[in-house]
Amino acid sequence: MSAATTSVPADARPLGRPLTANRLPKWAPAAVAAGSIALGCGIGAVGGLESKLQWGLISAILFVVISYVLSAQVEGRRQAKDRLATSVVWVAFILAVIPLLALTFYTVQQGAKVVDGNFLSHSMRGVRASGPGGGIYHALIGTLQQVLLASLMAAPIGLLTAVYLVEYGRGKLAKAVTFFVDVMTGVPSIVAGLFILSVWNLALGFNYSGFSGSLALAILMLPVVVRSTEEMLKLVPNELREASYALGVPKWKTILRIVIPTAIGGITTGVMLAVARITGETAPVMLLVFGADYINNNPFDGPQQSLPMYIWMQYSQVNNQYGYARAWGAALVLIAFVMGLNLIARGIARWRSPKAGH
Amino acid sequence: MAKRIDVSGLSAYYGSTKAIEDISMAIEPRSVTAFIGPSGCGKSTFLRTLNRMHEVIPGARVEGKVLLDDENLYGTSVDPVAVRRSVGMVFQRPNPFPTMSIYDNVIAGLKLSGVRKKSVLDDKVEKSLQGANLWNEVKDRLNKPGAGLSGGQQQRLCIARAIAVEPQVLLMDEPCSALDPISTLAIEDLIGELKTQFTIVIVTHNMQQAARVSDRTAFFNLAGVGQPGKLIELDDTQRIFSNPSVQATEDYISGRFG
Repeated sequence: MSAATTSVPADARPLGRPLTANRLPKWAPAAVAAGSIALGCGIGAVGGLESKLQWGLISAILFVVISYVLSAQVEGRRQAKDRLATSVVWVAFILAVIPLLALTFYTVQQGAKVVDGNFLSHSMRGVRASGPGGGIYHALIGTLQQVLLASLMAAPIGLLTAVYLVEYGRGKLAKAVTFFVDVMTGVPSIVAGLFILSVWNLALGFNYSGFSGSLALAILMLPVVVRSTEEMLKLVPNELREASYALGVPKWKTILRIVIPTAIGGITTGVMLAVARITGETAPVMLLVFGADYINNNPFDGPQQSLPMYIWMQYSQVNNQYGYARAWGAALVLIAFVMGLNLIARGIARWRSPKAGH
Repeated sequence: MAKRIDVSGLSAYYGSTKAIEDISMAIEPRSVTAFIGPSGCGKSTFLRTLNRMHEVIPGARVEGKVLLDDENLYGTSVDPVAVRRSVGMVFQRPNPFPTMSIYDNVIAGLKLSGVRKKSVLDDKVEKSLQGANLWNEVKDRLNKPGAGLSGGQQQRLCIARAIAVEPQVLLMDEPCSALDPISTLAIEDLIGELKTQFTIVIVTHNMQQAARVSDRTAFFNLAGVGQPGKLIELDDTQRIFSNPSVQATEDYISGRFG
């Protein structure tokens, strides 16, 4: 007899274990959650804890501990570990969602007070900073123009760079490009702003303008577009490229007509997310766009305004309730704008992605 | 349309690794030539050298000559894109273009090389799909995505796509290995019909399939791990399967090794 056969004891009966075991009822986790919250609040109230955050944390810890102990008693240790992992995941999820919901809720609550037709269609020209009225029209126009210009610069360059890296790039040049894209990803936005300020405005002598802001925004957007497009192009199966080559289609046409259309959903999503990212950038805009109270429809000449900078300017006036209100209104519009972009991106991704219809 | 292929002294490399060594053979027009042999012996690599698809892989290169009716595919001024237009290929896994409808898949090769006329394209779609025995199954849903078809239908769609550009030679790299027996039968019948127009070369792991569809069979083998693959013998299929001249071929076919 070999070692392999003797290592199994003669009396081992692997199928002798029962297949049924005690299980907690389906409603148990919900009941435990309700119980722990009640208990947590009770402890908080009795102990005189001021912060509701502490109440919540106590409840969360109680939930994790009670589910584990209860399950260990009724169901056994393996099931209890499973429950432990599940409840930790739930607690972590709720902790992550709370700030997000709170932020959205608070912005909507504060912003909805001021956002109306007048707010969206008027600038701050002739409006007393400490008084009511005024609006964000000039900032909205500025943001739209600056982001559009930045996207027009960064999206094609980024797309072509990604195509180069995935389809053509070999050897040292490709490695260098990848390295510098990585470095660019880490450039702080204020540094991008300073760079454009010193090169474009100071060395080359151009005036403050929306366009110089969008140059800095394009620098910030570029690496994001390259990275996301690169990942999407890598996902296109090589078989499709080979199928196209085997039909006698040249490489550039294969890329243009087969590879990019297959990945277009993901590419669009990536570009839209990059747009959403730069829409909220404040630092380079502060350095380069300068902030104007009036409407300036020409992004190539003179100071403009943008939403993030408007928020900062309104909120930086100490003890000015009208300024604070306008800041929240602009924040609401900004969030809505970014969310709208994300929704559009998702829509395009779903619409354009390859489907397996029948 | 069908052309003859003469290969002489052909070796193929992946970087510094030699995958196949010194292969010479003649492939007859309007016939089916099957390549058999154990995995890793270079059948697919050799097949891909016949339409210059081998060099698509980074670092891959080829030495030797492949004559397509007296024209060397590896000559100095030969455009690989033009080569692939006259030597088509069907792959192991069906790979219809996911963004395109059935109709667009069939004419992808034509459209991407500049044919625009609707009547020509319509005609081509019908003829190619009929040629691939798929017309009756898909004629009512030509605008549906190609990826929605079954595996066997997708493979026949890929064959239709390959024959739509009117190549002289059709290379098939294990075209049935991902298909069930019924779809396999459909493809095998199709190969029998296509050989009246094309020179067909098929790589297969299924020896019954080689015996069923091919006129001539080539057996490839490799001396050992890390050694390049070589052509052991090429002969009429009947002879290879009844009375091969090399012992190794008989051992492989009768399942005594590999």
